[in-house]
Amino acid sequence: MHYATDRGAVNALDDVSLSLSAGETLGIVGETGCGKSTLGKAILGVMPGNARVRGQVVFGGKDLLTLDDESFRRLRGKDIALIFQDPMTRLNPLLTIEDHFTEEIRAHEAVSRDAARTRARTALESMGIPESRMRNFPHEFSGGMRQRIMIALALVMRPSVLIADEPTTSLDVIVEAQILEILEDLRKAYQMALLLITHNLGIVAEACDRVAVLYAGKIAEIGPVREIFAKPIHPYTQGLLKSVIHLETKELSSIDGSPPDLVDPPTGCRFHPRCPYAQDICTREVPALLEYREHQAAACHFGKDFV
Amino acid sequence: MIAESAPSDAPASLLEVEDLVVHYPVKMPFLQSLVFRDKPVVHAVDGVSFVLQPGEILGLVGESGCGKTTVGRTVLRLTEPTSGHIRFEGVDITTLKEKQIRPLRTKIQIIFQDPHASLNPAMSIGRAIGHPLEVHGISDDPQEIREAVLAIMREVGLTPAELLYHQYPGDLSGGQKQRAVIARAMILRPRLLVADEPVAMLDMSIRAKVLELMLDLKARHNLTYLFITHDLATAKFVCDRIAIMYLGRIVEIGSAKEIYADPKHPYTRALLAAIPVPDPTKRGPKVLPRGEVPDAIRPPAGCRFHPRCRSVLATCGWEGRDFVEFLEERWLDEKIAQAEANLGPIDEWAYQGLEARRAAPQNVAGIAETIRRILENGLPAFAAAVSSIGVEEGEIVVRFRTADDLRPKLVEGRTVECLLY
Amino acid sequence: MATETKSRSSSEITWESLLGPHTFFGRILNPMIRKRRTLAGAMTWIGLFLLIAFVLIAFLAPLFTLAGLLRDPEQALCGSDYHYCFVGETRLVNQAPGGLALMGTDYLGRDIFSRVLFGTRTSLEIMSIGVFLALLIGFPVGLYSGYTGGRLDRVFVLVMDSIYAFPSLLLAAIIAVILGKGVFNIGIAITVIYVPLYFRVTRNHTLSIKQETYVEAARALGAKPWTVMWSYIAYNVIVAIPVIFALSAADAILTAAGLSYLGYGIERPTPDWGLDLSDAQTFSNAMWWTTLFPGVMIVLLTVGLSFLGEGLNDLVNPLLKKERM
Repeated sequence: MHYATDRGAVNALDDVSLSLSAGETLGIVGETGCGKSTLGKAILGVMPGNARVRGQVVFGGKDLLTLDDESFRRLRGKDIALIFQDPMTRLNPLLTIEDHFTEEIRAHEAVSRDAARTRARTALESMGIPESRMRNFPHEFSGGMRQRIMIALALVMRPSVLIADEPTTSLDVIVEAQILEILEDLRKAYQMALLLITHNLGIVAEACDRVAVLYAGKIAEIGPVREIFAKPIHPYTQGLLKSVIHLETKELSSIDGSPPDLVDPPTGCRFHPRCPYAQDICTREVPALLEYREHQAAACHFGKDFV
Repeated sequence: MIAESAPSDAPASLLEVEDLVVHYPVKMPFLQSLVFRDKPVVHAVDGVSFVLQPGEILGLVGESGCGKTTVGRTVLRLTEPTSGHIRFEGVDITTLKEKQIRPLRTKIQIIFQDPHASLNPAMSIGRAIGHPLEVHGISDDPQEIREAVLAIMREVGLTPAELLYHQYPGDLSGGQKQRAVIARAMILRPRLLVADEPVAMLDMSIRAKVLELMLDLKARHNLTYLFITHDLATAKFVCDRIAIMYLGRIVEIGSAKEIYADPKHPYTRALLAAIPVPDPTKRGPKVLPRGEVPDAIRPPAGCRFHPRCRSVLATCGWEGRDFVEFLEERWLDEKIAQAEANLGPIDEWAYQGLEARRAAPQNVAGIAETIRRILENGLPAFAAAVSSIGVEEGEIVVRFRTADDLRPKLVEGRTVECLLY
Repeated sequence: MATETKSRSSSEITWESLLGPHTFFGRILNPMIRKRRTLAGAMTWIGLFLLIAFVLIAFLAPLFTLAGLLRDPEQALCGSDYHYCFVGETRLVNQAPGGLALMGTDYLGRDIFSRVLFGTRTSLEIMSIGVFLALLIGFPVGLYSGYTGGRLDRVFVLVMDSIYAFPSLLLAAIIAVILGKGVFNIGIAITVIYVPLYFRVTRNHTLSIKQETYVEAARALGAKPWTVMWSYIAYNVIVAIPVIFALSAADAILTAAGLSYLGYGIERPTPDWGLDLSDAQTFSNAMWWTTLFPGVMIVLLTVGLSFLGEGLNDLVNPLLKKERM
C-alpha cells in the first residue's frame, strides 16, 4: 500500500504476504521507515485518509478489505484487537477505566451494565488493578499500568488475533518483561494469535515463534525464530543481528548508510546501496522471496550462498 | 557522605558530586496548595554521591524516574540542586550564578536523547554547530568559524561537510542529527560530556556507529563521559564504571566488569535478569520484582526497593503503607477477600509511618492470628517485621519494627547500599 | 530531498537565503505553491491577489489623477459633461451611475468612483499603521514576557487581557476622541486594540517552544537569554505571525470603517469608505449607488485579507489528518 503525499506516493508496503496461525506469535521486525507500523494498521483498516491499499487480508475466510465500514467495525475489537505503543492514544482521558471497559463490552455484546462491570472488574483484577482504582482516569496511572489496561481492554472480548504495535517500546526493561509475561500467559490461556511489531530483536527472540524482517516496505526474510537468529540468510538480517548490542557483545557492528526514501526507493533490491555483497544484478532486478530452507524464505539473489 | 573515597595521591578528580538532592515541588492548583501544609515534593534525586576521574566513562543506569537524567542536568546546572555539592575541577559550582556558570559551559557539555528535537529547526546545521563559538565570543571571523565547523563536521563523520553545512535539521537522518549534536557539543573542546541516552532513539543498525564515534572522540580528545542510559547492555560495553540508580539513590556503584560479573544488589540482579536476550535458545522464566516503581513523591521508607525485593529482610524498612497495599493486592482475588472479610473492607485501613490501623470490628478475637498467618504465608520477612498487633483505643494497630540504618558499604570492590551485606 | 552543492560564505544574500525552504518567506511560499490546487491554497492566492490589487490602487490612484485619467475625489462635478464646478454652477449631486460618472455622484457632487478608489489609501494607511505598530510592540513584549515569566509576565498578561476584554470598537472610539481626528490617530487607536492579540499569540507560542529540547540545548551551550530568545525562539515563533497579521488586518479594516462611520477619526473631505457610507445615509437618503460601492469595497478588502489569513493558517499550521476509523 502507499500513502499519497505532496511529494508523490510513499510506497510504505510493497507486496507483503504473511500468514498467521492460531496460537502462534509472529514478530514483525524492522527499523524506521520499514513499514511495520503501517502493516498493523493496514490489516485493521485504521489508516489515515491519504492511504491507498491494495491486496487481501483474509480472516476467517473473508477478505477484510472488501468489508464495508460497519462490518469492519464489528470485527475490530471483537475478533482482531490492536494495542499501540502509546496507550494514551487509545485511552480516552475523559473516561474512567471502568467506563472504557463497559463501553467496549457493550459495543460488541448486548449485556447489562452490571454484567459488563463485573467482566471489567475481572479483567482488571487479572492485571493487578484493584477495584478501588477502577474509577480513576487514565492519566492517574503510570505508563506500565496504562499499557496493562490497554492490553486488558484489547483482550476483554477474547479476540482470536491480537496485533501489538511496539507495545513495550516506551517502557522500562522490568515493566517490559512483565508485560511480555502477561502476553505470553494470555496467549496460552486463550489460544490467541499474536502479531508482534517491534524494532527490538531481544523481544522477538524471547516471545516469537516466527519472525518476518521488513526492509523499506518489503519482506527481506521470514521464517522460524530459531533458524533466523542462528542462520540468517538475507544480508540485512545478518547485519541487523550483528548490530544488536547485548550483554555478551564484544565488538560493535553496524550497517552503513541509512534506510531509503520510500518515495523514490533504490532500483532492484532495495537494500543494495547498503549491502556489503551487492552485485550488478542487485541494482537491476528485484529479488523474489524464495524458500531456501524449510519454512525459511529470503529475498536475495544470492540466498543460496548464505545457507 | 562520599560514596567512594579517591586515593589520596590520585590525580585530581574531574567531577565530584556529594549528597546531591533535587526536589521538585509538585504542581497543584492554587487552592489545593493553600490546604496542604507540607508541600509535597517529587524526590527526583535524594542523596547521590560519586566521583568522576578524568578520562573515565561512568554510566548512570536505571529505569525512568530513577533520577539519572536529573543528575545529568543538575551537573550542568540546567536544573537547580536543592542541596548537596557539585565540584568541577575542584571548584564548587553548586550555587554559582548563571553569569559565573556560563564560562564553564565551554568545559561541560551535554548530548540529549532525542536527536530530532535537539536542533533548532530554524538554523542551518553549519550555523547551529558554530553557534557555541559565536556565543562564547571565541571568534569573530565568520571564515574562521566556518573552517572550525567544517573541521569538526568531518571529524564526526558528517560528510560531505560543505554540502551538509547548509542543510537544515529536517533534511538529515536521525544518525546524522545526533552527529551534529555531538559536533556542536565538541566544538568547544569540553572536558566532560554528559550523554543522556545518546543512542536510545536511533535505529539499532546505526547505534554502533554513533557509539564508536563517541569512544573515538574520547580517545582523541581525552574526554570524560557521564553516560546516562537505561540500557544495561550498552552500558556494559561502553562504561568503565557504572552506578545503578533507583528512585533517586545509587544502589550499587563500582567497576562495570565486576558488577556485571557478580551483581550484588537485588535491583541490579533484577535489571540484568529482565533484559531480553536476542538468542532464542536462551529463553526461560525470569524472576522479576513485584509491582512497579513507586511514586517519587512518597518513596518507600528505609531501602526504597524493599516492597519489590525478592531477597527482602525484616529490617529493610517495612511500614504501615506496605501492609495496606499488601492487603489490597491480596483481596483482588474474590475468594480470598471473602475468606478474610472480617479484616474489613480495605477503605477502613489507614496508615501512618510504622503503623497501620483501623477501627476495631465486633469480632476482635483471632484477628491478630489471622493477620500473622496471612503475612507468614505471603512474605516471611514481612511477618518478621511486625513488632506488635493489638487493640488500642478501639482500633486495631499493626506496628512494625524500625528499620536498620541503611548505609553504603564496600563489598568486593564496589559500593552497595543494601542490608544484605 | 534535492540538495544543491553550494560553496559560498554564509553572508551572501541570494534568492536561496531569502526564499529558501527554511527561511521565513520560504516556509510560507512553499506550501502556497505546492498546495495551490487545494482549497486553502486557492484561498491564499485569491486573498493575496486582492490585497495586491488594493495596494496597487492605493499607489496608482494619485498618479492617475495627475495624469487626468481619474477625477479628484474632493472636487464636485457640474454640467452634462461632468466637469469640475465653476463658481455659481449647480453641483450635480446624487446622480445615478451612467455615462461619465461610472458610479454616480454623492451628496456633494463628487465622483464616487474616484472616492471609492482613493478611500483605499485611507483604509490601507490606517490599517498599516495600526497593525504594524501592534506587531512591533506586541511581538517583542510577548516574546520577553513568555520567556522570562515571573511577576513581570503576570503583570503584562493582566494588562493585555484587560485591554482585550474591552469591546474593541468602543475602546477605539474612546481613544479616537482623546487623540482627535486624523489618519495617524486612528492608526494609534487600532494599534492599541490589536497589541494584546499579538502579545497573546506570541506569548503562547513562546511558552510552548520554550519547552523544546533545542532551547534547553541552547542554554546548555552557554547562550545568553537574549540570544536564546531571538535565535532560537523568535525564529520559530514568527511563522505564526503572518496568519495573525492578515486576520487582524481584516479586522482592522472593519474597525476603521466602523469608527469613521460613527463619526470618529476621519475629517471630511478625506475620502473614506466608512465616512462616505455614513454621509450617504444621512444626506443621500441611501440611494443605492451612494452606499453600495463603498460597502462593496469594505467587504472585498476584508474578505481578501480574511482569505489570505485563513488560507495561510491551513497551509502553514497543518492540522492532523483524521484517521478513518
